[in-house]
Amino acid sequence: MSETQVPAVRFSGVSRHFGEIKAVDGVSLDIQDGEFFTMLGPSGSGKTTCLRLIAGFDRPTSGTILLHGQDVGRLPPYERDVNTVFQDYALFPHMTVGENVAYGLMIERVPKVERQKRVVEMLELVRLSGMYGRKPSQLSGGQRQRVALARALIKHPRVLLLDEPLGALDLKLRQQMQIELKVIQQRVGITFIYVTHDQEEALAMSDRLAVFNLGKIEQVGSPAEIYEHPATPFVAGFVGVSNLISGETARTITGTTDTFSIRPEKIHLVDPGAEVPYGMYAADGSVRDVVYLGLYTRYLVELEQGGDLVVVQQNLNTTSMDVLAARGRKVRLLWQHDHNRLLKDI
Amino acid sequence: MSTISSSSGLQVGNGPGRPRRASPTTRVSTFLYSRPGLILLLLLGPPMAWMLIVYLGSLSALLVNSFFSLDGYTGLVVRHFTLATYRDLFTRSNFEIVQRTAGMAAAVTITAAILAFPLSLYIAQFASRRAKSILYLAVLLPLWSSYLVRVYAWKLILAKEGIISWFFGVLHLKGLLDWLLNLPVIGGPSLSVSNLGIFIVFVYVWLPYMILPIQAALERVPKSLLEASGDLGAKPIQTFRHVILPLAFPGVVAGSIFSFSLTLGDFIVPTALGNSSYFIGQAVLSHQGTSGNIPLAAAFTMIPIVIMIFYLIAAKRLGAFEAL
Amino acid sequence: MNEFRDRSPFLVKYGAVAALLFLHLPVLIIILYAFTTDEATFSFPPPGLTARWFGVAWARRDFWEALTLSLRVAGVATLTALILGTLAAAAVYRSDFFGKESISVLLVLPLALPGIVTGIALRSALGLMEIPFSFWTIVIGHATFCVVVVYNNVLARFRRLGHSQIEASMDLGANAFQTFRHILLPSLATALLAGGMLAFALSFDEVIVTTFTAGQQSTLPIWIFSQLTRPRDRPVTNVVAVFVIVITFIPILLAHRLTQQDNS
Repeated sequence: MSETQVPAVRFSGVSRHFGEIKAVDGVSLDIQDGEFFTMLGPSGSGKTTCLRLIAGFDRPTSGTILLHGQDVGRLPPYERDVNTVFQDYALFPHMTVGENVAYGLMIERVPKVERQKRVVEMLELVRLSGMYGRKPSQLSGGQRQRVALARALIKHPRVLLLDEPLGALDLKLRQQMQIELKVIQQRVGITFIYVTHDQEEALAMSDRLAVFNLGKIEQVGSPAEIYEHPATPFVAGFVGVSNLISGETARTITGTTDTFSIRPEKIHLVDPGAEVPYGMYAADGSVRDVVYLGLYTRYLVELEQGGDLVVVQQNLNTTSMDVLAARGRKVRLLWQHDHNRLLKDI
Repeated sequence: MSTISSSSGLQVGNGPGRPRRASPTTRVSTFLYSRPGLILLLLLGPPMAWMLIVYLGSLSALLVNSFFSLDGYTGLVVRHFTLATYRDLFTRSNFEIVQRTAGMAAAVTITAAILAFPLSLYIAQFASRRAKSILYLAVLLPLWSSYLVRVYAWKLILAKEGIISWFFGVLHLKGLLDWLLNLPVIGGPSLSVSNLGIFIVFVYVWLPYMILPIQAALERVPKSLLEASGDLGAKPIQTFRHVILPLAFPGVVAGSIFSFSLTLGDFIVPTALGNSSYFIGQAVLSHQGTSGNIPLAAAFTMIPIVIMIFYLIAAKRLGAFEAL
Repeated sequence: MNEFRDRSPFLVKYGAVAALLFLHLPVLIIILYAFTTDEATFSFPPPGLTARWFGVAWARRDFWEALTLSLRVAGVATLTALILGTLAAAAVYRSDFFGKESISVLLVLPLALPGIVTGIALRSALGLMEIPFSFWTIVIGHATFCVVVVYNNVLARFRRLGHSQIEASMDLGANAFQTFRHILLPSLATALLAGGMLAFALSFDEVIVTTFTAGQQSTLPIWIFSQLTRPRDRPVTNVVAVFVIVITFIPILLAHRLTQQDNS
């Protein structure tokens, strides 16, 4: 426990070029054993390519990839102790659910009786008991997703890769599956490496996450770290709402022209001319737009000095009527110095 | 943490690779995995080798042979570059063969296009969805029956005592039939031994190849176009001439490529229904046969190829391939 | 005003019917003639109907020899085409390489160029290299134009398969050969069957290329062709003609059904 553990996955200066395009550009990363690690980023940022490099479907142009300390650069997927849940599930249509889940064991020549026992256990784990004999075409999207999960988990890989597995599900189902996946991960205790472009999902599920952009990692950290202390404008904009102020407007508020970011929920809306307490920044403007979202209300405030700030407030005392009346009103925005983030440009 | 070990005694590994005895197939598979070039060679090699050696090799042998010549005395092929064989193509009788074949090809193509048009138009624009697939199948069906047998069927039909004769007799039009058969060039002792007969059979066998492309081209004409034409005051015949015909043109050209090139090279139909006046296909067959004059046969074969190359270029210029 | 759309003009409708009759009557007529009692001519109407010519054809030795040769050639050519076509389809599917598009063109050339070109080309090559005619010279010609039929079917099936199933199989521990056996083969089965049957029908029916590469041997189409130019045994020829229609029609129909099933 006190000794440094061998990381489950270590990327050292890994690049993957497709001709001119640098899909992955000099990525170095450690993923610890047993953690739920997410690779977050927009399409084309390199996160899926990195996942495929770990799985073995692709080989890096340069750099090394270590799985539990050993270089797997030349190993094909079937030689790696890693299994994948694919975005399109990739279930074998000519096999039943049971045969799909048992596939990996069948290849390993596990005897039939034992195979069946483990398949039944696994189906129970993903809450699909009784679907043993069905064909994938007879299942819903959510059910297929769980078959894919069971199929990958049954071999007890030391690392499980999940490539945007919840993308095709509707919101409620997705939220439910997020919780289930987290529970399963904690129960089986293996390393999950999760790829998604949905920052809410990443924040909800991960122990740690890496934010990808244009083939590079811009920041690695826990959800709270990334959200509260974004390291670059991109991270600030991608994770959470982008409230970036720079230039002259920034100078009137903070005194310097450096870009800063402030999270919308950290801003207080007060009447214009209200006193500015010690340790807080202030900015004046008028409410340009209001969106009532049930749980909270989102205000778009146009600042007098130029630029916008998005402010989010829980609807503790406000009703939808009050909210709509706010449009056009002049307001003052206040937030604490600690919550203000100065950003370095990468 | 759930149990991991399986009863086969293998523990899920302590390293990233699974420590299992790699079977020979696994070893080969892994060897190949990191060598995609080798995989490509193994997959593509055999078929490409076959095509290059057998097919392209033969085509070059054909070309090479056309520049050889046949020694009249020994009857052996002289393997020495010469243009004499090509020159032989321009003798009167040989040239006639080419003319006859090209003329037949043109006549067949035009007739097939005219005959195909109503059916193609019907399927594309007027048939219900269900009728469309049935009719499409109905056009394909003859192609699924043996080509040779269908030619043979016409030998029956056109025979002196066959169904066509009987039909003309019933209509008291025997005289008309006799007059047709007495015409020069296209006539003959009976329909089944005449250029007219050859013409009919050629149109018959290539008709589906003409119907399908025209139907495909007409399929792409939106119905609204026809309506608009009608709305603007055009009578159906005018809509046909100014809207339908131009839009069907690429299909007609595509179909004509088939019927033209197939007629140029065919020897089955002329042999079955013809007399002693040769078509290109028969010339090729006879020269390479007993006389062993492969160089002349090869030279003759070049003619359809060259004609078709020019035809394709012209078709491309006319924009026939844009729709495809 | 919109008569064009609502109701097909007289000319179109009757022209369409005429074309359809023109296409189908000949085949129906020859089936009729297989039953005629007339031994010597093709007279219409047939004087009587009988089924005895089927028995006569059955007993004919040269018919059986030709049939056997055709079946053997078609069998071997189909097998060769299956292997070569599948290999080519696999290569085109999984890799990007220089000249990839031209593979399809190259493979379709033997069918796209008139049969006589392929025929005389092979004949030239055989002459140049002084190879005598044999069973294998026929097979080589047939296999060459049958490859593309298998290739197209298998490639289309590969494309519908998608890469992820193959990756999933390897991810779960199967090497390339196991993946082929458990995942690829079941998926490709119908495509191989359809392609194989089309190739079989194509080979069985082929006469032009065969004439150039067979020498003295007779496949069934060559036998029929010789009957065309030397009309004796007309009734037997009629029966054989009907037989050939059935043998080429059925595989194509089945292949058509299979591909329709696959597509739905």
